[in-house]
Order: sequence, then C-alpha cells, then structure tokens
Amino acid sequence: MPPTNSDESRNLAFQQAIDADRTVEPRDWMPERYRSTMIRQIAQHAHSEIIGMQPEGNWITRAPSLRRKAILLAKVQDEAGHGLYLYAAAETLGVGRGELTELLITGRQKYSSIFNYPTQTWADVGAIGWLVDGAAITNQLALTKTSYGPYARAMVRICREESFHQRQGFELLSELSRGTVAQHEMAQDAVNRWWWPALMMFGPPDTESPNTAQSMAWKIKRVSNDELRQRFVDMTVPQAQALALDLPDPQLRWNEARGHYDFGPIDWEEFRQVVGGHGACNAQRIAVRRAADEDGAWVREAARAWEVRQNSRTSAA
Amino acid sequence: MTAGVAGLSVVDLREVALGFGDDCLVLSHRLAEWTTHAPELEEEMALANLALDLLGQARSLLTLAGEADGRDEDQLAYWRDDRDFRNLLLVEQPNGDFAVTMTRQLLFSTFQELLYRWMVTGTEPRLAAIAAKGVMEARYHVEHARLWVQRLGGGTEESHRRMCRALDLLWPYTEELFEPTESWSRAADQGAVPPLSSIEEPWRHSIESLLVDSGLEIPGFPAWQSGGRLGRHSEHLGHLLAEMQHLHRSHPNASW
Amino acid sequence: MGGPAEQPDFRSVSHAEDWPLWEVFIRGRRGLSHQHVGSLHAPDPELALQNARDLYTRRGEGVSIWVVRSTEVHASDPDDQGPLFDPPSDKAYRHPTFYTVPEDLQL
Repeated sequence: MPPTNSDESRNLAFQQAIDADRTVEPRDWMPERYRSTMIRQIAQHAHSEIIGMQPEGNWITRAPSLRRKAILLAKVQDEAGHGLYLYAAAETLGVGRGELTELLITGRQKYSSIFNYPTQTWADVGAIGWLVDGAAITNQLALTKTSYGPYARAMVRICREESFHQRQGFELLSELSRGTVAQHEMAQDAVNRWWWPALMMFGPPDTESPNTAQSMAWKIKRVSNDELRQRFVDMTVPQAQALALDLPDPQLRWNEARGHYDFGPIDWEEFRQVVGGHGACNAQRIAVRRAADEDGAWVREAARAWEVRQNSRTSAA
Repeated sequence: MTAGVAGLSVVDLREVALGFGDDCLVLSHRLAEWTTHAPELEEEMALANLALDLLGQARSLLTLAGEADGRDEDQLAYWRDDRDFRNLLLVEQPNGDFAVTMTRQLLFSTFQELLYRWMVTGTEPRLAAIAAKGVMEARYHVEHARLWVQRLGGGTEESHRRMCRALDLLWPYTEELFEPTESWSRAADQGAVPPLSSIEEPWRHSIESLLVDSGLEIPGFPAWQSGGRLGRHSEHLGHLLAEMQHLHRSHPNASW
Repeated sequence: MGGPAEQPDFRSVSHAEDWPLWEVFIRGRRGLSHQHVGSLHAPDPELALQNARDLYTRRGEGVSIWVVRSTEVHASDPDDQGPLFDPPSDKAYRHPTFYTVPEDLQL
C-alpha cells in the first residue's frame, strides 16, 4: 500500500514529538517499523535477563559461603524480575509473553550472546558481576532515556535494582584476588575468559551496524555501540588495577591525545560464531528454558482451570 | 553441664538450634534448585523468596548453634557430614514436580509456623527473636503453599492426580515432625520450645481442612519414616551435601 | 494437504493462553497514595497479590498493594490530549505562583 498523506503527516508528527524528547506511549500512533523494532529489542533484552539466570544459577547450590549463596540467589532472582518487567513492557505493544517465549525457544528471537559461555569456576560468578553486569549497566543507563516510555521506565527500575550486582561481582573477585594463590589464579583465569566477550556485548562496530542510524533518529538508541564500549573500557581499567588483576589485552594503554584507553582488535569472527548458534552453551540454554516451559504447562493450566471453576461457582451461587 | 539462659543447657540449645537450622538450610537448598525451572516467571520469584527467607533463618540458627563451641555458620554448614546433620527427612526429599514441592512446603511450613508462633513467647530470648522474624516469613510460605495446593487439587485431572501422588510420597515423612529428641524434651520442659504433642493437633487440623477444601484427603496409611533428627538420613542428603560443600572444602582456610 | 499432521512439532506447549495481566499499585511506607509500579501475570486475584509482593516489594518498597485486571483499566485516548489536558492551562489562578505576596513574608 502506498503511503498516504495522513501516514506522511503522522510520521512527521511522530518524529517531531521524538525530537522534542517526548516519550512514545503504548496507545500513541507509531510507525510499524518503530513498533516492530521496539518489540524485537525489548524482547531480546527480556530473553537475555531470563537466559542470563542460567550461567550464574549454575553456582547457587555450590556457593562457597552462606553469605555468598544469599547474595547470588537474590541476584539471580532480580534477573527473573527484570525479565518480567521487560516482558511486560513488550506486552504493551501487543505481543503476549507466551508468544515471546515461543519465539525464544524456537530460535526466532535472540538473546545476548554472552550467556552462551559456560561458568566453569566460582570466579566466573564474580567476572559476570563485574564485567558482564558492568557492560550491561553502561548500556542500560543509556536506555533509561530511550524514546519508548514503558521501556525507559522499566530501565530506570532495573538500573536502580542492579546497582548492587556489579558491586558484588567486584567484591567477590577482590576477595579471591587477595586470597590464596589458587583463588587468585581462579580470578585471573575468569577475567581472561570474560573480558573479550564482555566487549562484544556492545554489538558490532558502528561502521557495520546497519540499524544504528534509524535507531538513533528514533532515539531508541541514544549512544552508539563504539562509544558505549569505549566508556566501559575507560571505566574498567582502573577497577582492574584496584583488583590487582590483568586485563588480557597487550595493546591496552592510555592515549593522552584521545583522552581514552586504546584497546586491541576484537575477534568478530568469534562473535559471529556464537551469535550464529555455535557457542559452547547455545543449545543447552535453550533446552533448559524449553524444559521449564514444558514442565510448567500443567501447572499453568491447572491454575487457569481452577479460576474458571471458581468463577462459574460464584456466578451460579 | 553449663546452664544457659532460663536453665536450658548449652548442649540442648545447640541441638535444638541445629535441628531447626538444618531444616531451613536443606529446604532452602532444595528450593534454590528450582532456579530457572519454575513453571512461570512469577513463581520463579516466589520460590527464590522462600529459599532466601529460609537461608536467612538457617544462618541465624546455625550462628546460634555454633556459639557454644566457637564454630561459625559456614563451619557448621560446610564441614559436617551427612551423619551430623539434624534436619527432618521431609525437607531433604527431592523436589519432584511442582506438586511435590508445594506439598512438602505445606507440610513443613505449617509445622514451622506453629513452632515459631509458640517460641515467640518462649523462655529462650535468642530463639524467641529468631522466631519473631521467622513467623512472619513462615506465615507467607504457608499461604503460598495453601493457594497452590488448592489450585492443583481442584485444577485439572492431571494436577489432581499429581497432588494425590505427592501426598502419598511425602506423607510417610510426617511422623518425624512430632517426635521429640531428648534435647527437645528438656528444652520444652524449660519452656523454650513447645511440647511437640501440642503442635500436632493444630497441624493436622490445618492440613486436613485445606485438603478437604481442595478435593484431596490425608492418605489412609500411617506415617513411619523417622531418624533425621538423630542423623539417620535418606540417601538423598549425601548428594545434596556433596554438591553444597565441595567447593568450600576444596579450599580449606580460604575466605570467600 | 495441510491439516494437523503438518503442524511443526515444536509447538508442544500451548501459549495461546497466558495467565491474565494485572496492573500493580503500591503504597510506600511514606507514600500518600497507591502508585502504579508495573504489571504481572497471575491466574487469579489471590496469586496476583502474592506475585506482586514477590516482584515489587523485594526491597521493602511498600505497605499496601492493589492489583487490577489490566482489561479493567479504562484509559484516556491519546488523541484527546488537547481537549482533556489543555483547558487548565488558562486557569493560572489555580496555581500558587499566580499570586503576588510581599517577598519577605512566609506564606
């Protein structure tokens, strides 16, 4: 169907509202592409929170102290909550949570590739908190000003709640780094494995990121991939020094002229492999999510059936 | 034997706190095993809250239990073997399906709430303080389990069948709830904890009325399993502890 | 052809029916009125309240919770923003700043 005048004028009004920094709300008119982009992005973010429970959840029953166990359990629970807030934000655009779960477990929607790496040691829990959550927070802070109202509000709540996530990771690694020789080695090994995948979390370089221009114009995305990545590196290097842990990049050094840290090239081939389904844990992560969904079906069904029966009983009385 | 507060011996206080603390620790572990497997995200939140509440109670109780011989919560949690754990057999039973987990929660939390409610005004001030906090949490756990037992019992044919199976599976372990150890009896004589016989009737009534409301019934056979409070456990506990303790024990003297 | 035999087998679980959506309102410890905090899914009002407690008061945010079926919320039409919200703009006398009082007075 050719665009009509009214479409054009609505598009124009929409862009003007965005330029004036007004948020877009669920019942506002919006271009179809804005809606579908928003659904895809929020869903992917929600899936990442839910799948992201698995690598850390892997250590809850083995946490080495009761204090650490409580912290980790609370953190993984927060992630379930954050997934839930985000699914709710996506639902304001007219998709159901079950529908989105279906798209996830059939591989038609993605989640952050970082969660396809395994957590082999306890130190990985620290590295995830420090590096992965650190990267996520950098990204999410920028998203608190995103143009879609429900998404921005979910981000505000999530950022507020996540402030302890990165700190606990830092503290955990700090304890290991200053601990026994074996503990220090465990911490360094985890940082070696998580550093580069964490940098990949910001997505491909701006020059190869086709959606960036439109997303920036719609203020869905407010800061570019490369700029966020640089922010994260600049923030993290001094933290690594404080932890007495090395970041595994020989080219990492302060650039006085730029006022930023320079860092070495990222292995985008690895990124493409993992996104393409060839990471260590892709199949496992989806299988776990699918099993939970399938095993829970009779419970969800029972609760629905009970409610229907209650209602018919009340109306019969 | 040294007399503690209110005439309760240090050994008896330790045994009572250890039994309670181990109940909370082991059940918290089982609930935490649900992480990423809950039937819906909202229930993921609820199960984690139950696990966190119980873990918090376990830490207070183990800290109290360890005071006498200078052991902290982690030394008690990570450095005792199966034979030294004092928890009820009920709480170490595997999660099974959601019906088994909610039935186990109903049977245990109803018991725990009654105990805590009594202990709030008991003669041992530290137990009373733990009970005062715990009773609020236990009440919520009971409420959550009751809502689900009702819905599963009266939901679909399948959920009803699973509930019946869960009750048959777990009922044998309920006998032990009301069997006092010698320490418990002495603590009860001192007014620190209730005589277990005084809890049994309200417990049974609460469970039975819910089951009837939910189209279910108490199994028609007597309960017989017991021994957990004396360190005689099912095979399940050893595996649970192996998982829980291995990392901590692999690095003796490390701090985390 | 077509028919059920050709249904892809991954649809083993029906997602046709999510539990209904509820809007959650919390009154904080010092809050004056209930505020909308978000939404959740639950099969019935009792579980909706429990779920709301688990999801939205993990950090001691509230002392009272309301849950309302989302389908029961009637919202103003965004296209009516003008007629609904513009008229008060010429009623400046409703705002305290409309009035001049001596600067050194606390009023």
